[in-house]
Amino acid sequence: MSAENIVQLLYLISTALFIMSLKWMSDPATARKGVFSGVAAMLLAVAGTLAGVAATGGTHYWWILGAFAVGSAIGYPLAQVPLTAVPQRTALSHAFGGLAAGLVGTAKYFLYFGQGNAASLSPFIMVALVAEILLGYLTFTGSLMAAGKLQEVAWIPQRPVTYPLQNVGNIGLLIVAIGLGLGLILNPLAHWAPYAFLGVIVLSLAFGVLMILPIGGADMPTVISILNAYAGLSAVAMGFVLNNKLLIIAGALDGSSGLILSIIMCKAMNRSFANVLFGAFGQTPQASAAGESKAYKSDTTESAAQVLGQANLVVIVPGYGMAVAQAQHKVRELYDLLRKRGVTVKFAIHPVAGRMPGHMNVLLAEAEIPYDDLVEMDVINGDMPQADVALIIGANDVVNPAARSDKSSPIFGMPIIDADRAKTVYAIKRSKNPGFAGIDNELYFLDKTFMLFGDAKSVVGELAKQLADDGGGH
Amino acid sequence: MHLSENATAVAQVDASHASGGHGQIDFMGALFVFMLASFIGVMVIQRVSRLLHTPLMSLTNAISAIAVVGAIIVAAGKDYPPYIMALGIIAIVCSTTNIVSGFLITDRMLKMFKKQGGAGK
Repeated sequence: MSAENIVQLLYLISTALFIMSLKWMSDPATARKGVFSGVAAMLLAVAGTLAGVAATGGTHYWWILGAFAVGSAIGYPLAQVPLTAVPQRTALSHAFGGLAAGLVGTAKYFLYFGQGNAASLSPFIMVALVAEILLGYLTFTGSLMAAGKLQEVAWIPQRPVTYPLQNVGNIGLLIVAIGLGLGLILNPLAHWAPYAFLGVIVLSLAFGVLMILPIGGADMPTVISILNAYAGLSAVAMGFVLNNKLLIIAGALDGSSGLILSIIMCKAMNRSFANVLFGAFGQTPQASAAGESKAYKSDTTESAAQVLGQANLVVIVPGYGMAVAQAQHKVRELYDLLRKRGVTVKFAIHPVAGRMPGHMNVLLAEAEIPYDDLVEMDVINGDMPQADVALIIGANDVVNPAARSDKSSPIFGMPIIDADRAKTVYAIKRSKNPGFAGIDNELYFLDKTFMLFGDAKSVVGELAKQLADDGGGH
Repeated sequence: MHLSENATAVAQVDASHASGGHGQIDFMGALFVFMLASFIGVMVIQRVSRLLHTPLMSLTNAISAIAVVGAIIVAAGKDYPPYIMALGIIAIVCSTTNIVSGFLITDRMLKMFKKQGGAGK
């Protein structure tokens, strides 16, 4: 068997293992096997590539080894971040993925250009190359911006930044980049082509930044998913350039994952892709219900704890506020104390709660809350009328009944968790400010709703303490 | 532009070994592979438990670091100009970062998912 066939065989096995890896993610029970399979696939892919390169007289092995070492040294601490920082770590790794694709595309182009290699710069390859660098570099800066917003880096504005003609300007920029790309595809060896190539790179980098500027925190789950898809597609484009099927397939798997997550996130917010990317959600100045000043009813943790302790079914609705306050371990204490009294406790998980898909599940799993008690929105809504208490911890827009009833609300049509159908509602909230969308939440003004103002961690801690002090119950 | 004139001879060799392929590139074949892989991807991912969407994303992060393959090919090329190799090396660093952190954090998260009273640590 020739070296080439051995390489392809290794790639073939690697491909199958990548697919199995994702298949095993269908169930938490088999998911860790999925990671193992993914690692094996990656090792085979790297081994195969090194073998292929060696067979054709490759060099620079010490450099490559060094690069592996440096990459591992950066990667290891990145895997140890607290789970509340997982969204920004994910965005950061999309940035690395985009940069890697962009750099490889750049290297390939200048290599072929330097060789005057017209055969390797065929229109097909040029289309793939241009797609690779466009997607790669815009994913790079876009993801860095997203990571910066999530990490709340001081000089990156958290709020959506908008200015006149923003969308027109952004789309214009993209059109210029694509125009330059077309010129390149038709004349890859023209004396001006390298400058056009660099122009595409610069425009893509700029577009990535400008694309994320108008996007606010609540849209991050969708945006991270879209960037995930772009990173995958740039790997696919690289596969076309290098004629490497393993790259095409692994990139396509990543791309479809990003695509599906984006669709789920968009559906969960009742918005379109275009609306997320160009809508600057939360910027529409609300004609706020001025004049009619409604009053909250607040309550003490003592009486809230009593109501919770006497309930049969308590549904906890966690949101980004729980993540910010790192309240998940206190929530676990509360969960244990309530269960000890025979109270059934369920968690209602909205798909866009938090800053990335599945964010709440991971935080609650970290606090060792069994995953059978984490219930999806559609399922829990059926049980809501039977719930004695809905306890809302740092969630806001995902429980706003205006989404169902108020056609003028910016979140109208978004599926919500029907917390207002529970018999009693307790809402833990940091401040009296409205939520991300800048809209009042009428849930808080219902007769059955009581507010518990304060940091989620300390309020939940208080509740747990009251229940613990109260002993074994009634 | 005189980016590199010493490497014309590599051109022919390159098309065959850079790709791990055979001189002639099969565009249509590549598109078919892409199409099929996308369908498989969509079908497999649709069945991923919603509980695991965050680990799914970090796992696919690691998987898309398959770009390391392209990075190695670029970095290891014989007689390539140094700046080409440098781009490849940086790309290897980026991809390795994603491979290591992606798989490790996915496993770290998945370890935390436990069933009611079920198999503990």
